[in-house]
Amino acid sequence: MKKLFALLPFICLSAWAADTEFAMAIRDHRFEPAEIRVPANQKIKLVVHNQDSTPEEFESHALNREKVIAPGAKASLFLGPLKPGRYPFIGEFHEKTARGVIIAE
Amino acid sequence: MLGSAIIVFRETLEAALIISIIAVATRTLRKRNTWLIGGISAGVCGSVLVALFTGKIAELAQGVGQELFNAGILGLAAAMLAWHNIWMARHGMQLARDAKQLGQEVTSGTREMSALAMVVGLAILREGSETALFLYGLLSGGEETLASVLGGGAIGFIFGSLAGYGLYAGILRVPARHFFAATSGLILLLAAAMASQAARFLVQADVLPSLASPLWNSSWLLDNASLTGRVLHTLIGYEAMPSGIQVAFYTATLVLILAGMRLVRIQPTSPATP
Repeated sequence: MKKLFALLPFICLSAWAADTEFAMAIRDHRFEPAEIRVPANQKIKLVVHNQDSTPEEFESHALNREKVIAPGAKASLFLGPLKPGRYPFIGEFHEKTARGVIIAE
Repeated sequence: MLGSAIIVFRETLEAALIISIIAVATRTLRKRNTWLIGGISAGVCGSVLVALFTGKIAELAQGVGQELFNAGILGLAAAMLAWHNIWMARHGMQLARDAKQLGQEVTSGTREMSALAMVVGLAILREGSETALFLYGLLSGGEETLASVLGGGAIGFIFGSLAGYGLYAGILRVPARHFFAATSGLILLLAAAMASQAARFLVQADVLPSLASPLWNSSWLLDNASLTGRVLHTLIGYEAMPSGIQVAFYTATLVLILAGMRLVRIQPTSPATP
């Protein structure tokens, strides 16, 4: 527990550090690109631009994220720091086609 | 049709589980049904408004409006549940006794009911606005006919409500002497679950650090995407891959409410709860 508190300032500091940004679009209820490679152990910012005329919900249990994106809107999602691995996500409103994965490495 | 049935079922189920716990916990209060119906109606109207303004809400606070809004709703609902449990720890036994005599609970029951009706409204607001957006998307996307979307929605709604009613009927069968402990236990876990979800939205908004994400991974045992995983997520806040801060919020809420319940308890009338 003590260790955790000692780490706290660094964790907070890392939250202030500049984030690497990644862009992704939703078009015809699909993510483009559907696969994004990001650096592991570092916080990143994912900007999702919904170019469809209908709302979508970005949802990922693995990433612990859930965000409704209005038609035409850009949504920012802060992710990580992620351990190396595969993190699938879906568009909950069009689960059949809207599927993607973030690969942290 | 199947798509709308599944999504509406999921969202209805989540709201229905919360409503049934509240309906059980307030079963002795006067005018309960009126309050519950009021909460449900307010929630439904609110959902449509939130769905209409989704884009505007999302743009607030440099693009994290939606997260702050959700965290606010969940935090408020958790606070109301906490207050209910602490209030019941003090007045519950007294209330039950008075109710048997001559409906003495009238005055105190009103404030109590209004707080819980609000939780019902907030629960519906969250699930309902998502459902409205989804159905609107299906219709305006021209992928399905109106009849198919509404038909699927109706099926999902009926099954979701039935599951909620099942939980309600199930808790009512708990023997009378365990009833108080059972309902306050369920409300306690519900409040902790909401606090943990609020923390998740605050991490998503980059307001709080995640402190380790995930802290553990139990999706091999029970995945959050499964039906059981979803039900337990709503009822007790189960997360297969929680962040450290969620666990901290969950634990802190449990400890604070339990401490509050213990502090206010009137000794002679206190029930022997563990």
